[in-house]
Amino acid sequence: MLPSRFFRPFIATWLILLAPTSWAATTLVAVASDFTKPMTEIAAAFEKATGHSAKLSFGSSGKAFAQIQSGAPFEVYLSASEKYPLELEKTGFTVSDTHFVYAIGKLVLWSAMPGYVDDQGKILTTGNFKHVALADPAHAPYGVVAEDVMKSLGVLDKLRPLFVMGENISQTYQFVSTGNAELGFVGLAQVIDVNNGKIGSGSGWIIPDNLHSPFRQMAVLLKTGAENPAALALVDFLKSPTALAIIEKYGFGLPK
Amino acid sequence: MLSPSDLETLVLTFKVASIATAMMLLIGTPLAWWLARTHSGWKGIINAVVALPLVLPPTVLGFYLLVLMGPAGAVGKFTSWLGLGTLPFTFTGLVIASVLYSMPFVVQPLQASFTTIGEQPLEAAATLRASPLDTFFSVIIPLAKPGFLTASILGFAHTVGEFGVVLMVGGNIPGKTRVVSVQIYNHVEALEYSEAHWLAGCLLLFSFTVLIILYTVLKTQPVAHQLK
Repeated sequence: MLPSRFFRPFIATWLILLAPTSWAATTLVAVASDFTKPMTEIAAAFEKATGHSAKLSFGSSGKAFAQIQSGAPFEVYLSASEKYPLELEKTGFTVSDTHFVYAIGKLVLWSAMPGYVDDQGKILTTGNFKHVALADPAHAPYGVVAEDVMKSLGVLDKLRPLFVMGENISQTYQFVSTGNAELGFVGLAQVIDVNNGKIGSGSGWIIPDNLHSPFRQMAVLLKTGAENPAALALVDFLKSPTALAIIEKYGFGLPK
Repeated sequence: MLSPSDLETLVLTFKVASIATAMMLLIGTPLAWWLARTHSGWKGIINAVVALPLVLPPTVLGFYLLVLMGPAGAVGKFTSWLGLGTLPFTFTGLVIASVLYSMPFVVQPLQASFTTIGEQPLEAAATLRASPLDTFFSVIIPLAKPGFLTASILGFAHTVGEFGVVLMVGGNIPGKTRVVSVQIYNHVEALEYSEAHWLAGCLLLFSFTVLIILYTVLKTQPVAHQLK
């Protein structure tokens, strides 16, 4: 049966609206929320350089992982850890041997108050604060690393009762930036001033890598994107000097 | 099975919901009464304010509360001045957020039942020289009993099901602000699907039972109809 005369204009409108997606190469990317700022800039550069476009979905790495396993249409996945992409590879959701480390995460102990956090993080042992914010270590890579740091400094058990946990690193930043938590563990990219590479506002301590387990952030091409030129191009572009310069500008370490 | 930490979140959730429901009835009853009786020009505006949480995404409400109740916000400054500190990440803060968030579910059924009572019983009570307070307790409350029951059940159930606001102002602290909806979310994020299933099942059973009570025992109109 043909659709009634009444519905035809609606269907025609929908077809017109849907049409452009069939010829422009666009790729859908799941991005760990800590990589929000650099990835936005990388996507713009990618668009300019290749003509393809990348649509970005930001969120926690764990959520994207679960969504991909449930058939989410993401084609490239930028996780904040190595665990999730490797797990996806094992379960056959990725194009094999496409995983690579795109950045090394940097953790900052940060406060919105100027002069509050010293440059050695001594405040963690001496400070008189009520809350310390971190991403939930149960599923967020930044939370795991933050716990590592507190363990290395021998303050984990003392600080645990003061934990307030963000669902992801953006929410953790929100807790600290609104002053509700005096200080917290956030990503360097969230607080860096890209003009001088220093912490832009408040006060912070960029935590040395030797205080925590390696913080390698891994990307992978998913099977859904195997045939999409835009997805393939984006994976290459992430390794290009242009992208690496942006990654470094936001305070991430570069993959070796 | 449910772990001790899951049980802890269930207990906490019911504690938050009970206290919040009591507070909503205390604040909501006079408010609904006024809304049902007034001819003031403010009526429309107050109605709209009460109904706002119905249409606002919980994240918007949560974000405003986080900023307002924080040390730089107006409410936060006030509570600090009172010596209470700031409210986010506390049980009290969670209750206040819940009250704001679930208020329409209490006020609207009450308002509807107060409106239905009309003037006549009040005039009758007045001719018998009942004081306004006496009228309220011996005439209005018994007449509006279904409204009170519906309001309490909906307010309670809606607070139990709250997620976005709690996530934003709660800080996910075990035993203090980690309620059952947040715990389910944590389980899912940590890929602990079987734990998530158990807890989600409990919540589903609870919500379904509540709605059955509402629609069969109390013979309430569907919520959407009621909230008009």
